[in-house]
Amino acid sequence: MSTSHNETVLSAQGLVMRFGGITATNNVTLNLQRGARHALIGPNGAGKTTLINLLTGVLEPTAGRITLEGQDITELAPHQRVRRGMVRTFQINQLFDTLTPMETLALTVSQHRGLGGKWWQALGSNAAVNQRCEELLEQFHLTSVMNQATNVLAYGKRRLLEIAIALACEPRVLLLDEPVAGVPAGEREELLQTVAALPADVSVLLIEHDMDLVFSFAKRMTVLVNGTVLTEGTPDQIANDPQVKAVYLGHGEEAGHAQ
Amino acid sequence: MKNALTSMNALITTRRWKPWELALWVLALASPLLLARHALIINEIAIVALFAVSLDLILGFTGIVSLGHAAFFGMGAYTAALFAKLVMPDPLVGMAVAIVVSTVLGAVCSMTIIRGSDLTRLMVTLGVGLILMELANKLDWLTGGADGLQGVVMGPVLGRFEFDLSGRTAAWYSISVLLVLFVLARRLVNSPFGATLKAIRDNRLRAMAIGIPVTQRLSVIYTVAAGMAGAAGALLAQTTGFASLDVFEFHRSADVMLVLVVGGTGWLYGGVAGAIVFKLMQDLISAITPQYWTFWIGLFLVVLVLVGRERLIRPWTWFPRFFGRPKA
Repeated sequence: MSTSHNETVLSAQGLVMRFGGITATNNVTLNLQRGARHALIGPNGAGKTTLINLLTGVLEPTAGRITLEGQDITELAPHQRVRRGMVRTFQINQLFDTLTPMETLALTVSQHRGLGGKWWQALGSNAAVNQRCEELLEQFHLTSVMNQATNVLAYGKRRLLEIAIALACEPRVLLLDEPVAGVPAGEREELLQTVAALPADVSVLLIEHDMDLVFSFAKRMTVLVNGTVLTEGTPDQIANDPQVKAVYLGHGEEAGHAQ
Repeated sequence: MKNALTSMNALITTRRWKPWELALWVLALASPLLLARHALIINEIAIVALFAVSLDLILGFTGIVSLGHAAFFGMGAYTAALFAKLVMPDPLVGMAVAIVVSTVLGAVCSMTIIRGSDLTRLMVTLGVGLILMELANKLDWLTGGADGLQGVVMGPVLGRFEFDLSGRTAAWYSISVLLVLFVLARRLVNSPFGATLKAIRDNRLRAMAIGIPVTQRLSVIYTVAAGMAGAAGALLAQTTGFASLDVFEFHRSADVMLVLVVGGTGWLYGGVAGAIVFKLMQDLISAITPQYWTFWIGLFLVVLVLVGRERLIRPWTWFPRFFGRPKA
């Protein structure tokens, strides 16, 4: 194994998040290696999205520390973390409804390239930005709808735009919160292949419920239950872990009996 | 490559000046000549339009609701009037000073509006307007207090065009200032900066998640809008030669929001269209029933909201049975 795979890019140490009396995240430690294809799994309510919100700065942790590329980012605002290369997608689409996909991507790419404060030039006047938008629109099958308002797009297209926005930021660490939720089965593989085809040094943390996709994608997995890390390992280790089986299959059997 | 061209065109056509826009501005600049007897109201319309366009920058394009925008209008008005009275009567220099002063005030106030929820922000904007009005009232040695600031004598525009009683110079002056600031605002909203404002308006969470410094952008646009509102206030003081506490009044903040709602937000021309409709209605109705014109304005607003602007300006869609079914 090459040394680059052992280099930690994103690290969370002892993260705790309490909402009133409820502990949503309980002493979570997670390390993401450079170039990782890492999956975060766990039953509903395990605190997966809360963890993403903590990592990206949407929520401020009650305790714990987060480092990105060796630097402490615990206190940084969400947009500052994006600037340092950590980008996320949302489980529920978060789009700019009145803008078109073209405008959305043009403004995202402009912002990423440090042009977001320019007020004198017109959006669409930078050839390099336009070309990048073109590539993204093409890649995510959005070219045909690029000039329609986002709020009139079909769900599948909106979902693709959700992912395209994140990739427009050229992330070094990408956090995907159930990216294929609601995407038709036929298009799921393709979407994940796009993600898998990201440069080898981009680290990806994937939250996903579809176990087939998770096992085909991930090289490493973390299982989260009730806000705590149950275990971490390779897909083989996780698949054969009796604790994990108890959590997943246990639920399955209960559901089976209930029917 | 072909795709790249089409998409580029799509973004650029939206910012390109359309023929009707050019026609509108030519007409506006010709109006003090064509409608010489109505130059006074044309001047008023231009001032309200500028004020409404400045509100549109924060309300329509960024989603900041403000009920205290008159604070900056008033600041511009008093600054321009005091500058003319105490320093020098040149209108353009006075205009520049008024813009700078109200921009600085906007920058100071922007620190308060970027915190808190929409409701707290609304209260803060309201409070700033009230504070300034009381200040202008109490500092009567400077501002003339409740009597207003009188004896303001303006010099000629560019040292050549005297303000006349018919108001024609005033109208041209106001339309010119409106046009210049409108062009700048138009440029701004069509830029990457403007696009990030719309992104913040549409989805603040996602705006942050793509790296937009949301609070910084909010304070910048709030400051810019304050400077523009100050310019509108300065126009009023300079063209009437008078500034009174009325410029800070709450009803002015409320009126300008009505103007913008009438014309439509997030469009820039909404402020202009709203100013024309609002001022003409005010003028016409108050000529018929001087006491009750607010009743009719109110009724108009209710109808506008219930029927919808799109349908109101397309009367043929009211009775589809007679005019054939409108396309779905």
